[in-house]
Amino acid sequence: MRLASIILLSVTLAVSFALPAQAKHREGVSDVRQYILDNGLKILVKEDHRAPVVVSQIWYKVGSSYEYNGITGVSHVLEHMMFKGTKSLGPNEFSKIIAANGGRENAFTGKDYTAYFQTLHKDRLEVSMRLEADRMHNLLLREEDFAKEVNVVKEERRLRTEDKPTSLTYEQFTAAAFQTSPYHHPVIGWMDDLENMELEDLQHWYERWYSPSNATLVIVGDVKADHVYRMAKKYFGVIPNVKIKPVKPQRETKQRGERRIKVRAQAEVPYLLMGYKVPVLTTAKDKDEVYALEVMAGILDGGNSARLSKELVRGKQIAVSAGAGYDMYDRIDNLFLFDGRPSTGHSIEELETSLREQVQRLHTTLATQDELDRIKAQVVASKVYELDSVFYQGMQIGTLETVGLDHKQLDEYVTRIRAVTPEQVQAVAKKYLIDEGLTVAILEPENAKKEMAPAVVNKESGADNAK
Amino acid sequence: MRNKLLVLLSLLLVSSLSIAGPKIEQWKTKNGARVFYVNAPQLPIVDLRIVFDAGSARDADKPGLAALTNSLLDEGTGTLNADQVAEQFEGIGAQFGASSLRDMAVVSIRSLNDKVTLDKALDLFSNVVAKPTLPEESFQRNRKAMLVGLKVAKQRPNSIASKAYYKQVFGDHPYAIDGSGTEESLTAMKRQDVIDYHGRYYVANNAVIAIVGAVSRADAAKLAEKVTSRLAAGEAAATLPKVKPLTAATTKRIKHKSQQTHILVGQPGMHRGDPDYITLYVGNHVLGGSGLVSRLSEQVREQRGLAYSAYSYFSPMREDGPFTMGLQTKNSQADEALALLNKIIKEYVENGPTEQELKRSKQNITGGFALRVDSNKKIVEYIAMIGFYGLSLDYLDTFNDRVEAVTVEKIKDAFKRRIHPDKLVTIMVGGE
Repeated sequence: MRLASIILLSVTLAVSFALPAQAKHREGVSDVRQYILDNGLKILVKEDHRAPVVVSQIWYKVGSSYEYNGITGVSHVLEHMMFKGTKSLGPNEFSKIIAANGGRENAFTGKDYTAYFQTLHKDRLEVSMRLEADRMHNLLLREEDFAKEVNVVKEERRLRTEDKPTSLTYEQFTAAAFQTSPYHHPVIGWMDDLENMELEDLQHWYERWYSPSNATLVIVGDVKADHVYRMAKKYFGVIPNVKIKPVKPQRETKQRGERRIKVRAQAEVPYLLMGYKVPVLTTAKDKDEVYALEVMAGILDGGNSARLSKELVRGKQIAVSAGAGYDMYDRIDNLFLFDGRPSTGHSIEELETSLREQVQRLHTTLATQDELDRIKAQVVASKVYELDSVFYQGMQIGTLETVGLDHKQLDEYVTRIRAVTPEQVQAVAKKYLIDEGLTVAILEPENAKKEMAPAVVNKESGADNAK
Repeated sequence: MRNKLLVLLSLLLVSSLSIAGPKIEQWKTKNGARVFYVNAPQLPIVDLRIVFDAGSARDADKPGLAALTNSLLDEGTGTLNADQVAEQFEGIGAQFGASSLRDMAVVSIRSLNDKVTLDKALDLFSNVVAKPTLPEESFQRNRKAMLVGLKVAKQRPNSIASKAYYKQVFGDHPYAIDGSGTEESLTAMKRQDVIDYHGRYYVANNAVIAIVGAVSRADAAKLAEKVTSRLAAGEAAATLPKVKPLTAATTKRIKHKSQQTHILVGQPGMHRGDPDYITLYVGNHVLGGSGLVSRLSEQVREQRGLAYSAYSYFSPMREDGPFTMGLQTKNSQADEALALLNKIIKEYVENGPTEQELKRSKQNITGGFALRVDSNKKIVEYIAMIGFYGLSLDYLDTFNDRVEAVTVEKIKDAFKRRIHPDKLVTIMVGGE
């Protein structure tokens, strides 16, 4: 029930990423080889010889958190346009060539990155390298392609946000929580900015950010690292580097008291979001705090035995669903999130009270050793399970590198989680889960009846409980 | 542009060879459950899943019963309550899963393969599956949660469309039943219904077990006995009725306050083991099953920018599952998009794919074969499917050869016999 990270998948609906915070990398097994080309392109290769396949991902350090008002959504629209051809390829030809080589491909844009990937039989890696290198510096942005594609993106926004009351709530929520941080605006962009986007905006964005020294090539699969390096050098080595002017920090202004918003939308069931401002690995002065926050997320929502399921969904039965989430690998300060839907007969206010009681308990009472042991057991097992997916291994390496962390930090994960004490969890709860850093959003169904009485009355509660 | 591309493609490609899939072994447990096993020694993990013929097609006059029963398995067994079950699984890092489809009820476990952990995980798993306590309190809670789920579905145009679509395509066939239930059925449901349902369908003769992982065949046999030892032998579920073909086109427009209209168009399609399976599969790959490069996506999205996604697919099930085409577009474009969809399917049934389109699809399917079975998770899903539907054990080994044997003529013939553009169901949700 963990909150899925809000990643924008574009191009097809085929792939979904659930990134459980426990699943990171196997302890101490950093068999990732690193190379850097003269033009600055970083290449990270992880050999995995279980199946004759390879995943190739190219990650650019640009996403919605690099944008500013007026051009929000430009990173994502550019991602779409990257499939529209180069000096030597026509629109959609990239996809056709990958498809004809038995490959699967897609791309995704997030707050902190834009990434493109292909999964192929290992013999076809060269096809993907040749094509990715081509569109890194030869993209052709044409007015007629743009006119159609921006309409596709608007349909995507209608599909994912406008007609989805919980997504609308999330969008309004982050916009309220962040005033000056670029996490204020949605990855897909405000509709008005999409309406007014121009080809020139995209051209400028492409020239500014699509450069070898602003990219990381991640390859995982049945390959030889040195062979991959030589191949990458052949195709990417010829691309001239463009000096990147770093993004401005746009730090969030200090929050001075709790913020509350309501979102009225076409909906049937109310929904609650709460978020507290917290540091992440890139910004924390004391890294231990970040791992303590991660363990705190596990105590609350690390499976069906964790507190929110056990106490709010079962126990008090106040929620049909309740979750907590934290992403320590964001680029800049973000939120520690709670969300939930009240069960029939219970109000959104009762749900909020219950979640606040959970926060209060973290302030006043230490987590038990049993709770910590369960989180650690899950973390250790997940390190092994994740090796079943080459794609996921690539995702992790790419994410860390792109937010400015060394991928080797993945190796520390288990050790650092294991080292977290109940006192450290209590300390970060007291320091960060405070009203001064809190934003609350409530989805109010537009046409719902005022009274919370259930539509269906349960006549059977108290019935025979034998057997 | 297109010609240049094709030259490029033919240079790049070598003809595909038939590739062997994983080696599948098969046997039966003492009490009659069929077991399918693949040895995967590389990672120290074991995946095990049991599939019962206990999906919503068995709900009869109690829609939602299959899903509710499935959701209650880990709510307690023996003296353990739901909290303790969860604590025990999670305390050893084991991942328990349960889900309910139209044909299948699936329960699964993933665990590290060291003996102590695996024994603990499977012991609890077998109790949860075979001897759940199905407590009254949990029954009431999950029943009410499903009622809330019905309300949530009412705020999602895609859910509204899908429910209406299955109803219209399948009429009085059990596949028309909505597995998430109805207000009426969930309100009337009793705990005894769940107990009876579990007793009838969660039995060995109604089960297929799939095991993939770092365990020997001999140990896998012991695991299979262990997870089924507590199951009653019971009986396989009765044969489902055949799905009747549609006799006339119907269109349903459902008003919903949304910016987009969701459109679904389709009819009954094909079943697992269908003699036309591979021909229809490859034919649909060209039409709307290959993402951005399919005909539907090319014409709806690439050429006109009408929708973010436009697709078609067959959902082969025990009996004929649906053939579905779909897209979503802003309300003002809905009629234009629907007309285009109908034009594309009519034309495709009439003329089939071009040689070039077919060649590209074959290259994609056969060239990407390795991606189908590149993880234990994918393999366990495949062999559970193969076992459940009684497909040949060489299903994967012969897959590429069967794809290669498909021709334009075969696709035209199969689509003409099976797809009827003048008798399609059309559902449109939105427009207000």
